[in-house]
Amino acid sequence: MLRDITLGQYYQTDSLIHRLDPRTKISGTFFFIVTIFMAKNVLGYAIAAAFLVMCIKLSKVPFKYMVRGMKAILLLLLITVVFNLLMTPGEVMWSFWKINITKEGLENAVKMALRLTFLILGSGIMTLTTTPNSLTDGLEKLLGPLKKIRVPVHEIAMMMSIALRFIPILIEETDKIMKAQMARGADFDSGNIFKRAKALIPLLVPLIISAFRRAGDLAMAMEARCYRGDVGRTRMKPLHYEKRDYIAYLVMILTLVMCIVFGRKIWW
Amino acid sequence: MSLIKSEKLTFEYIRRDEEGNVEGITRAVDEVDLDIQQGQFIAILGHNGSGKSTLAKHINAILYPTEGSVWVDGMNTREEKKVWDIRQTAGMVFQNPDNQIIGQVVEEDVGFGPENLGVPTNEIWSRVEESLKTVGMWEYRKHSPNKLSGGQKQRVSIAGVIAMHPKCIVLDEPTAMLDPSGRYEVIRAARALNDVEKMTVILITHYMEEVIFADRVLVMDSGKVVMQGTPREVFSQVEKLKELRLDVPQVTLLAYELKKKGLNIPDGILTTKELVNAINNCR
Repeated sequence: MLRDITLGQYYQTDSLIHRLDPRTKISGTFFFIVTIFMAKNVLGYAIAAAFLVMCIKLSKVPFKYMVRGMKAILLLLLITVVFNLLMTPGEVMWSFWKINITKEGLENAVKMALRLTFLILGSGIMTLTTTPNSLTDGLEKLLGPLKKIRVPVHEIAMMMSIALRFIPILIEETDKIMKAQMARGADFDSGNIFKRAKALIPLLVPLIISAFRRAGDLAMAMEARCYRGDVGRTRMKPLHYEKRDYIAYLVMILTLVMCIVFGRKIWW
Repeated sequence: MSLIKSEKLTFEYIRRDEEGNVEGITRAVDEVDLDIQQGQFIAILGHNGSGKSTLAKHINAILYPTEGSVWVDGMNTREEKKVWDIRQTAGMVFQNPDNQIIGQVVEEDVGFGPENLGVPTNEIWSRVEESLKTVGMWEYRKHSPNKLSGGQKQRVSIAGVIAMHPKCIVLDEPTAMLDPSGRYEVIRAARALNDVEKMTVILITHYMEEVIFADRVLVMDSGKVVMQGTPREVFSQVEKLKELRLDVPQVTLLAYELKKKGLNIPDGILTTKELVNAINNCR
């Protein structure tokens, strides 16, 4: 059952967005977030929406699949909307009993809902079209300049990719330990929350011990294969910007500029 | 010149109690002399705790001897500057396939070693192709290691070592966690490396059936090399092996029992075919 969890929600298909350099996609997501917050009026939102729709179409990821990722933040979205709706002071539109809904409140609520939705969909495109591995590669290269101020960028990226590699293995192991403990009468499913948390101890202790043992083994195997940090290391799949990446950057900057210019409040 | 040589190699583990006081010293490897030539297939046998894995880790400069010395291709493992050259010369495959595969895609894992050595990108790809083809895993290059069987994972690990172009490959109980078909796959790959690529192979195992093809067998017990010779020489001493709590291959045991009952069968029968011939000769 635990084994069915798929990691990094990568959607396998071949599209223009899939083929973009991971660095382009990471910076693209960043540009898009800035764009959303620059939009102050309907036109601004329309520009951001147009950009988003274009990306979704180009990525060939079914829209249904994308919306699935939205479910997780539905509660957050609802809370934000309700609070904005009820707590913003201003010109009262409707009121019953003690609840007042203001014009500003309605406006804020709609804006917030749109921003959050765009944010999730926008970053979703990145994770759906990029394998976790190239994502860490891209991050390492993008943050490369930080090495000058002694930030261990390569090590962090290596840790991320090792973590990703071991998550399925540890999940499988959890499953195995759980079954072994259940066979000996452990009960994970009943009782109140404290009882259940306590029941997890015989699961977590062996899991953590085994994780440490694996870490030791892996470190030895990496050393045996001459791993010594990024000193003198070459790349099997070096990252190269292609023409399409430059075009993508151009489109992104254009969207941002358009949003800043046309999305100002005075145009409303 | 010998590829791997050791003189009076001794390694001691210091056991400590919870306060860090020395409780005792365990001699894991005790004055072992090795002399392994280029192109040989060496098998090291021994039951758990006999020191065979500890010995193997010295060949790769993962452990350093407490006393004595090890030379790999003429380089002393104590020389710190040579560590990476030694590790490239003598590659190592470990027991647990899950804990040594680092890439999330088969080809990326095989490329990990060459990447560390600073091999140019084009050559990494040709090395990856060549090594995956050697172990017969080329069709799986785009797969995730998590979806492979144990034997396949272990072959990927072997490919990862071959891609570094070592002169010698040390396999530290590569089959201990595998099912019989996985074991067969891995041993076949190891033999092919020795036969076709002329690579020196050091196989550490406790499965007797895996070593009958070796050029030389070393049997270890409590840190010492207690027997050595060709598989035929070693397996003809059934009584001594039993004393060391080691099994002999079933065919050898059967031949031994038959001989004890008075049949005229030579010592050290290793394969079913040999036994059939020997019995035919008796009639």
